[in-house]
Amino acid sequence: MQESTPLPIAVGGNKNDDHPPAELKTQIAFRNFDFYYGMFHALKNINLDIYHSHVTAFIGPSGCGKSTLLRAINRMYDLYPDQRAEGELLLDGENVLDKGIDINHLRARVGMVFQKPTPFPMAIYDNIAFGVNLQERLSRTEMDDRVEWALRKAALWDEVKGILKQSGMSLSGGQQQRLCIARGIAVKPEVLLLDEPTSALDPISTMRIEELISELKQEFTIVIVTHNMQQAARISDYTAYMYLGEMIEYGVTDQIFIKPQKKATEDYITGRFG
Amino acid sequence: MPSNDHSFKRYDQELEEIRTRVLQMGGLVELQIHDAIKALSEFDLIEMERVDKNDHRINADEVEIDQTCALIIARRQPTAVDLRMLMGISKIVTDLERCGDKAALIARKGKVIFAEGKMRIPCLADIREAGEMAVGLLRTALNAFARQDAVAAAAIVRDDLEIDRKFQGITRQLITFIMEDPRMISISFEVMFIAKAVERIGDHAKNIAEQIIYITRGTDVRHVAFDQLEREAQGADEIE
Repeated sequence: MQESTPLPIAVGGNKNDDHPPAELKTQIAFRNFDFYYGMFHALKNINLDIYHSHVTAFIGPSGCGKSTLLRAINRMYDLYPDQRAEGELLLDGENVLDKGIDINHLRARVGMVFQKPTPFPMAIYDNIAFGVNLQERLSRTEMDDRVEWALRKAALWDEVKGILKQSGMSLSGGQQQRLCIARGIAVKPEVLLLDEPTSALDPISTMRIEELISELKQEFTIVIVTHNMQQAARISDYTAYMYLGEMIEYGVTDQIFIKPQKKATEDYITGRFG
Repeated sequence: MPSNDHSFKRYDQELEEIRTRVLQMGGLVELQIHDAIKALSEFDLIEMERVDKNDHRINADEVEIDQTCALIIARRQPTAVDLRMLMGISKIVTDLERCGDKAALIARKGKVIFAEGKMRIPCLADIREAGEMAVGLLRTALNAFARQDAVAAAAIVRDDLEIDRKFQGITRQLITFIMEDPRMISISFEVMFIAKAVERIGDHAKNIAEQIIYITRGTDVRHVAFDQLEREAQGADEIE
């Protein structure tokens, strides 16, 4: 059932076009990747290429392993001793599963935003500056510029520029989530992982985050886990459907949602999943 | 068609209902064309009047089915085969409505011919034959839609060529009538409109067949060569 290979079609490119599609650059590559929670084999022989400056969505029913796959990319599982990964997970060609990898550096390269907004209990400004301070030595002005840059990128600047000293916890849910995205991008990562970033938000805040994702993909490679299939259809360029720890189908999102190649994918996205 | 049901039973019902509505509309269109050709053959003015008047029911069906499509899309955000089904239905009802218009046009042209007191129509036998073929194609298309049968749909595309040939034959004959006798010009034009209407019904049946292939196979086969269309219909890259 498992099958995933690099895809020949760039988004926006059409097989019938006279012009060849823009060159796709693989940023993250899973090669014969397996993941275990103790004895439980959670991800089975995953092979997948995630492309630079594109949005890739992981969809599938609860427990299918999509969050596990996402969290492997910045080795979140390192916090738990009984969890282990096998195979290769290449970030720009470098295997991040190698023992010698500097985890702090990896997490600076691969930012993450979670389902529930998790602002630090400190000022909005400090929420952003905190992570940057761990990575770089910046002057006060440079830091001010970086905070403003990140908040602007996260489409939050206009709402918070007058209240930067206020606690991040005082913001609304949608604003807090954008603050977390600002915090994630402030350290200028290459990849941004989003684990159901809008499932706790109202439709308007969700729409703002979705718009933001479309903006951010110009500069960052984005991988998103979502239960909301319409969201995957709206914002992602590539979609991977997972089931019981296996990659069932991976392809261009437009293709997956109009003409999936596998019956299992079609049953899931059309709501025939029993 | 996926054999298993949606998690939402009501969604299944909605899709089933709209498919049934399309078939009902198709049945009415088929009957209208059949009745129009029959009335023409039997010089039945009352029947022509009835066919012409009945067309509004088909128009109403088109509007209602399209509205239902929009409602299901808004309510369920369908994907994959369900989305293709609704997109396909929205196009199929347009073709069915145009077929209905053609039936009404045949009836109206018949009325004009008889109003002029002409009781002999050139090429009537050929027109009746082409009309029966067109009704047959439409019926096959509706059956293929009911069964979601892409292979049967592909055969319609091929058979439509036969109606096109028939139309060319009628055109040639009408030209000879006109050349022989200028008094035949007026009626020949009316007959030409009728023949063209029949030929267009065949084209609409072909369009419906292409939509059935799109719905079942997910490949848009409009404007592709027939052999490629046939390959797609046979499921060259059938879903696993």
